This record gives sequence, C-alpha cells and structure tokens, in this order.
Amino acid sequence: MLNCYLKGQQEHERPEFIPYAHLRIRTKQKVTVEVLDHLEHLALVDFRDSEGVERLQKAIQFADQLHEVNTDGVEPMDSVLEDRCLYLREDDVTEGNCTEELLKNAREKVEEYFVAPPGNIPLPKLEERETFLKGS
Amino acid sequence: LCLWGHPYLNSIFLLFFFFFSLTPWVPVVGLEIHAQISSNSKLFSGSQVQFAAPPNSLVSFFDASLPGTLPVLNRRCVEAAVMTGLALNCSINKKSLFDRKHYFYADLPAGYQITQQRVPIAVNGSLSYSLCIDNKMSQMVTKTVRIKQIQLEQDSGKSLHDDVRSQTLVDLNRAGVGLMEVVMEPDMCCGEEAAAAVRELQLILQTLGSSQAVMAEGQLRVDANVSVHHPGEPYGVRTEVKNINSIRFLAKAVDYEIERQIEELESGGTILNETRAFDSKLGCTVPMRDKEGKQDYRFMPEPNLPPLILYNARSLPANMNHQQVVNIDWIHERLPDLPSVKRAKLVEQYGILPEHSFTLLNEAGLTEFFEDVIKQTQMKPKKVIGWILNDLLSYLKQHSLTVKESPVSSFLLADLLNRLEKKEISSTAAKQVFAELWKGEGKTPLEIVKEKKLQLIQDQEDLERICQAVIDGQENEVMAIKSGNRKVLNKLIGLVQRETQGRSNPVLVKQLLEKKLSE
Repeated sequence: MLNCYLKGQQEHERPEFIPYAHLRIRTKQKVTVEVLDHLEHLALVDFRDSEGVERLQKAIQFADQLHEVNTDGVEPMDSVLEDRCLYLREDDVTEGNCTEELLKNAREKVEEYFVAPPGNIPLPKLEERETFLKGS
Repeated sequence: LCLWGHPYLNSIFLLFFFFFSLTPWVPVVGLEIHAQISSNSKLFSGSQVQFAAPPNSLVSFFDASLPGTLPVLNRRCVEAAVMTGLALNCSINKKSLFDRKHYFYADLPAGYQITQQRVPIAVNGSLSYSLCIDNKMSQMVTKTVRIKQIQLEQDSGKSLHDDVRSQTLVDLNRAGVGLMEVVMEPDMCCGEEAAAAVRELQLILQTLGSSQAVMAEGQLRVDANVSVHHPGEPYGVRTEVKNINSIRFLAKAVDYEIERQIEELESGGTILNETRAFDSKLGCTVPMRDKEGKQDYRFMPEPNLPPLILYNARSLPANMNHQQVVNIDWIHERLPDLPSVKRAKLVEQYGILPEHSFTLLNEAGLTEFFEDVIKQTQMKPKKVIGWILNDLLSYLKQHSLTVKESPVSSFLLADLLNRLEKKEISSTAAKQVFAELWKGEGKTPLEIVKEKKLQLIQDQEDLERICQAVIDGQENEVMAIKSGNRKVLNKLIGLVQRETQGRSNPVLVKQLLEKKLSE
C-alpha cells in the first residue's frame, strides 16, 4: 500500500506491456462477449468499460508467455510446499460452542440462524443488464 | 403410463418394450453417493459432529470461513476412507491431493468446497450385490458395479427455506463434516439394481463403522444419473436426480425417470442435461430451480494442504511419529468380516440357504437373535431359521417393530422351540403359543401351554384307547380304508384330533390307526 502511495506521488507513466518481437506469443483472438459475460456471472465482476476489457486482454497476453516454455514430460507443480508433511490431527472435539460470537457477524439473524436470501439470485441475462458489454 | 417403481411390474414392462417395441431402449444408471464419516470431529476442524444440536453451536471459526483460519486434516477421516476403499476392492492412492471446487450458495460460507477432484484417495474398485429374480426369494443373482473413485470432501451447511418470508435460514453445524463420495460407474440398468447396490454399500459401511449410513438422518445421500439409448448407439443425454430420501424412493425415482425419458424421446422430444428433484409425494421427478445452466466449478489445487501421503508396511518411514502415519496394511489386517463373508459363513455353519442369510443380514439384530436362539435350543438351525424368518420376522414387520423391540426374546423363543422338539406340543399349538407370547404379557411358554391346555397327550395307552373308540364308531370308513381307500384315513385322524381337542400328535395318531386297522 505504501508502494502504491509513493508511486502515486511521482508522476511516472503507467507501464505498458510490449511483447518482444521475436516471441511469437500465441494469443487467442479478442476475448469474446460470451466469455466476458460468463466471467461476470462466475466471479461477479463488472468489466465496466472498454479499458477494463483491454486490461484483461493484455493480462491474458502477458500470461501466455508461459506457453513459450517447453514443459513436455514435466509434472506440474501446485506449490513449493509439496514435500512438506501434511499434519494429521487426532479426532478430538476442541472447538465450537461459540454461537453468540459467530452471530455477531450476521447482519440479520433469526433465532440463532443466519439469514440469507431465498436462493441464488442469478445475474440477469446480458440483454437485461446495465452493462457495457451489451454494446459489443 | 406412470409406473411407480414396482420392480416386478417394471421388469415385465421393460421386457415388453424389449420384445414388442421396434426400437428397444437401454437404460443406464450411475450413482453418486455421499456418506457422512462417523467421527467425533469434522474433516478440517475440531468442532463436534452431531445430528440435531442447537443451530450454529457446532461451528468453529474455520467452519464459518472467517479470515485467517486454515484446514487441519482429521486422521480418523483418512482411516475411514482407506477402510472403505479397501472394502470396495479399490487401489488406495498413496499420494492424493486436495482441490477447491468453487460455487456460490448461502450454506457454503467459503464459496468453495475442499474436495479431491484430481487425485482422490481410492480408485477402481467394485461392489457386488444380490438381487432376487422375479421378487421371489428363491432365486438370487449376483451383480457387480464398478467403483470409479472414493474421495474425501467437506459437507455444506443446511439451508431451511422459508418461502413465507422469502428468506433462507442457514445452520452451519453440518458445514465441514467429513464426507466420502463414492462414485459408481453407470453399470446399472434399473431402480431395483440401484436400490440393491446402495443397500449393500450401506451394510458394508455400517459393518466397517466408517459411516452409520442412516439415510433418514442424511448420513447417506444418493444422486442418480439416468439416461437411455438404443443398443449400439452412443449414450443418451443424462439427467441428475436429487432429493432421494430412502432406498425405496431411489428405486421409484430411477424407474420414473427412465420411463419419463423413454416417453419423451418416443414422442419426438429431447432430454435436457438438467438436474431434477424427486417428489416423493407425487412419485415423479421435477426440474430443480437454482440449477440453470452448466456449472463451472473452476477447480484449483487447495494451496493450504500439501499432498496426503499414505504408507504401507514396506514404505513405512523409520523415525516418524506413528500418530502422523496412516498404514494401509495395518488397516487392511483389521478389517472386519464384510456382509458377503458373514453370509457365506452363516450358510456354511448352519446349513441355511443363501436367501436366508441375505434376510438375516438385511434386518438389524436378526442374525444375533438367530444365533442366540441356536445356542439355547436343541432344534436344528434349518428348522429354527423357519421360525425366525416366517414367524418372528413377519410379526415384527406387521407391527413395524425392530428386532430390538421384539416382545418375544430369544430366550422365550428357544424355550418354545425346545418344547416343540421334545414333542410336548404340536407345531400348530406352537404357533398358538407364539401368538400368545407376542402379546408380551410376561408369561412363559409352559404357562401358556398349561393355560390353553395345548400339551400333547403323552400317554400312549390313552391315545390308543381313543383311536380304538374312533375306529369302533366309524364302521363305514373303516371298511373303505380296508378296501384300499387310504384317503379316508385322514378323516379318522381328524376325528381323533377332535376327540383330543387338538392335543394329539397327528403323525403318532396315523401310525396307531394304521397299526390297528391292519390287525
């Protein structure tokens, strides 16, 4: 956060990703409206305007550099902690019984139950939403 | 055309389809079963596992998904999964991984479920189960269904829908409880097979103790995947059927869905790849709301858990704390006898039929009752089993009682059977005594026999005298018998029975009469 503040103080240009010419980065065609709509549904993000979509494009292009590395025959790694021991806990009851504390976080409650809307409220379909994507 | 899942009618119906339909349909049924692990605490936290507790009282900070909490794996849950995998002939993966499955729902506070999607703890097993052909117990056939995998995963909380106030009440007591998901390959073809397979799995889990598997308490949940296709063609579109609350309903739901799909396709419609709920009151499946469109779960490795490593005798590390080690071979050696083994032992030990042992194991406590009676009686097991299955069990079923609630104890039944064996009473009289014992008034068989005067006449001379009296009084019948009409003898036996008020041994009476008539 300090970093962002300090950067904001100085008048530097925003860095831009310009791929090296010799790297033929395999990027798909422009990200489609369907994919963006799907992403908005899944992650409940809002791309808001064309700059947001552009940024997404560039981010994908940046990540596509990974394709340049030949990984044939190499097992994917999930985490550098993969050879740590997974600790196994004894089957004893050591937690719980803190209903009151937990319910302090709830905006609404009914007799010690959390209250939620009746079901998932799906994001309205593209045609019915106020979204920049409609124009594309 | 709405068959209610009656197995007999359905197999006849399907037979008709096969023989009389120009284009027969092949139904394909696969099951996904979630069994709640029987443990004191949850899969990744130390809160208690208990059915029916005050809402949100068995919830830790991790279960409520408060920031800064981390999952810690419960060893008992790992052992339960290994036991179950071994019992289902699976290969146990010595290295398995945990993943996150993302979806939004009010009872999933983290927004993801920790599961094992890529490399589960056990794979490639099989489950053998028995079916009665034609609903008769006399013919049993053994079938096998392949187990694709068994994985450890978290349970979600419980949602109570309040349609009146348009809200959902969420109780997280169940959130984080350990589940074993058993995925079966689509090797089954009807509701009856699905029900039999689940019943056998339930018995296995209960025998192992890895899950209590009581469907009514949500410890065993089954989702069915159903599709139909023509032989030789690729599999049809499948639907998922949820909200099945008992094994009986499972058979009904599967059979209904098969019929629905066949009807839909035969009338030119198509099957949607959707999720449907079984409505037990109406006996049919209906599309479920909240499940529109294909879900994208965005699986990713669980970053807070390294791989789960299991050991066997050979790979056991030398200097490791044994509390941190799960040894597959150690668990294998301690597996109890599975139901199929128990049944075979009963057949061998007592000379009963396979169908009998099937029924014995199918009813909680019945095998123990049977063996207790055997210990206390001289009657041969082959005869005792008849009393257990035909008399005791049918009375229990009529009154909807479990074996534990039986008003007739094994001691009383053994006493009764002993008297029958010693020919103190006839078998008809024994049935009467049993009916009386059932009232649970605390009387012993001897007391009932005396009270109702059911004891067989033991005095041979007395019996001979009565037989003679009957013969003397039935001249015509005697002549008929002597001239070759043996059937009339039964009438004489009947008369002796009437004279003795049913207290004569019919076999003995017949012998005496024949002896006298041949003199």
